[in-house]
Amino acid sequence: MSADNDYAVELKGLSFTRGSRSIFNNVDIRIPRGKVTGIMGPSGCGKTTLLRLMGAQLRPSAGQVLVNGQDLPTLSRSDLFDARKHMGVLFQSGALFTDLDVFENVAFPLRVHTDLPDEMIRDIVLMKLQAVGLRGAVELMPDELSGGMKRRVALARAIAMDPQILMYDEPFVGQDPIAMGVLVRLIRLLNDALGITSIVVSHDLAETASIADYIYVVGDGQVLGQGTPAELMAADNPRIRQFMKGEPDGPVPFHFPAPDYSADLLGTR
Amino acid sequence: MRKKSLLERIRLLGRSAIDIVGVLGRSGMFLMHALVGRRGIGGGFQLLVKQLYSVGVMSLLIVVVSGMFIGMVLALQGFSILAKYGSEQATGQMVALTLLRELGPVVTALLFAGRAGSALTAEIGNMKATEQLSSLEMIGVDPLKYIAAPRLWAGFISLPVLAIIFSVVGIWGGSWVAIDWLGVYDGSFWANMQNSVNFNEDVINGVIKSIVFAFVVTWIAVFQGYDCEATSEGISRATTKTVVYSSLAILGLDFILTALMFGDF
Amino acid sequence: MQNRTLEIGVGMFLLAGILALVLLALRVSGLSTSSTTDTYKLYAYFDNIAGLTVRAKVSMAGVTIGKVTAIDLDHDHFTGRVTMQIDKRVNNLTTDSTASILTAGLLGEKYVGLSVGGEDTVLKDGGTIHDTQSSLVLEDLIGKFLMNSVNNKDAK
Repeated sequence: MSADNDYAVELKGLSFTRGSRSIFNNVDIRIPRGKVTGIMGPSGCGKTTLLRLMGAQLRPSAGQVLVNGQDLPTLSRSDLFDARKHMGVLFQSGALFTDLDVFENVAFPLRVHTDLPDEMIRDIVLMKLQAVGLRGAVELMPDELSGGMKRRVALARAIAMDPQILMYDEPFVGQDPIAMGVLVRLIRLLNDALGITSIVVSHDLAETASIADYIYVVGDGQVLGQGTPAELMAADNPRIRQFMKGEPDGPVPFHFPAPDYSADLLGTR
Repeated sequence: MRKKSLLERIRLLGRSAIDIVGVLGRSGMFLMHALVGRRGIGGGFQLLVKQLYSVGVMSLLIVVVSGMFIGMVLALQGFSILAKYGSEQATGQMVALTLLRELGPVVTALLFAGRAGSALTAEIGNMKATEQLSSLEMIGVDPLKYIAAPRLWAGFISLPVLAIIFSVVGIWGGSWVAIDWLGVYDGSFWANMQNSVNFNEDVINGVIKSIVFAFVVTWIAVFQGYDCEATSEGISRATTKTVVYSSLAILGLDFILTALMFGDF
Repeated sequence: MQNRTLEIGVGMFLLAGILALVLLALRVSGLSTSSTTDTYKLYAYFDNIAGLTVRAKVSMAGVTIGKVTAIDLDHDHFTGRVTMQIDKRVNNLTTDSTASILTAGLLGEKYVGLSVGGEDTVLKDGGTIHDTQSSLVLEDLIGKFLMNSVNNKDAK
């Protein structure tokens, strides 16, 4: 029990292939409970796939996905349904249900998982919206909201069931500084106030480093490095260094593989 | 552009054939999963009503207007041809039989594919692109049961109803043109029609046709939305596929069904 | 709420469909509500039934009293056997009644016309009409006409 308590999510020996391409090869990741963990890496390295594996939307080719001690791919349908009560996901675009208004969107998980009477659902929805600062928008439709507001409503929906684990898929992409500030504050606040485990998948270095307690850098189908933000900034590994410092050329080359330049210009084409 | 050798083309042909089999298999499993088995969470009857409205009721206008015009044109054209043989009084039965056996089910299905089918594909494709389907899964709701199944049932129910309404409106429009305009005697118009239209053979067979069409068109529309690439280009391609595949399927099935029902085997 | 309008809309839609189906049944296809009247079976043998189809009308004096339910070949006599279902209320067809295959109008379909004879006995269920006149076949008519005109020519 005590070993499980340290890590909310553990990926052990995880491999995942799509078609003939191997996306992940024998990856070990441990997400400490109650902290904000960042998963970062260059685009296309499969960070979102990692989230989907943790949420049991995808099945690994090999390895275990342990969430709160349960290996998700082996669970029965009803056990998986129960396990999902304790997980919340904030997708990149918010992913609000466009045919429901804000209230119904946030109330959706409550209606699915619980039998609570309408008055209680109403109270919970208003509390969650208050936490993200959007209680006044409760009757609007999603297409009446700005992008940042959509994400906050989606966040309210993600915490509706008071989950133990919250996953954020690229929350900082395309946000203006104010919206960014709001989100950063909310992520940290929710994590500390509710004692949940937050997993942030992002390639926004500055923002993630400012709130994460621990970071995994992922690339080439493996974990390239891990540690606190400070440890990673001082890392020796050239790939991590290129990523952390934002160098345009290094282990990930600037030039796309091409034939010799002079031959191309002067020679036969 | 690279020139493709003959071998390359043959290989691509084989690949396409295998892909098609794959798509058929996926779509079959999709249908099974959505319709059969334990009913999932959420909505249920309310969802069905909502879909019946957006799929069925919203298609009424185009069906009624088209039906009326087609019935009127049938009467006009039919009359001029029948008049050559002195059989103008048979206009009624011609309009009725053509509509009930063929045009009613087929044209309604084609209109449905274009209007409701493409809308379904676009809607579901959009839900896929904006990750709403993923959200549903993460909350624990099976999107196949919550999103796909109500839309499938709505299509299965709506299209036959629309086809019947189409035929009735068409016959009424045809009667209006034939009796009030072209001078066919209303007694013989309706009497000839009643004598030659057989409820079991013509009306019911027409309804059976439209049920088959409903099944195929709705299945294609919902599956294409579900299976598309989650980009705007992917959605537009899927919508096109829905209309094209549905139309081909309708016309092909119509031939087969007509041969089975009205052929003399 | 919006739900009420939705449900009313859908209800009316389905109602319209059912109404249309009923309309089709009664007005368009002439499905008679009294189609469950009792009938009895009669047979008739024809040399040539050309053009007669199953479900054709059987009428007497122009009034429909039944319909053709089956047409098959009599193997022994090589004639066509027509099976008819006649309304039970028409129960006084004499045993020497005649059945002819006639055409309704110029382009019309073939139907069976019955006319009574003078006998005392009546046809019962399963009875046979023996006096029959076959369908007029155009080629035979033309042949007859040609033969006649040739004969007339010879006679002159």
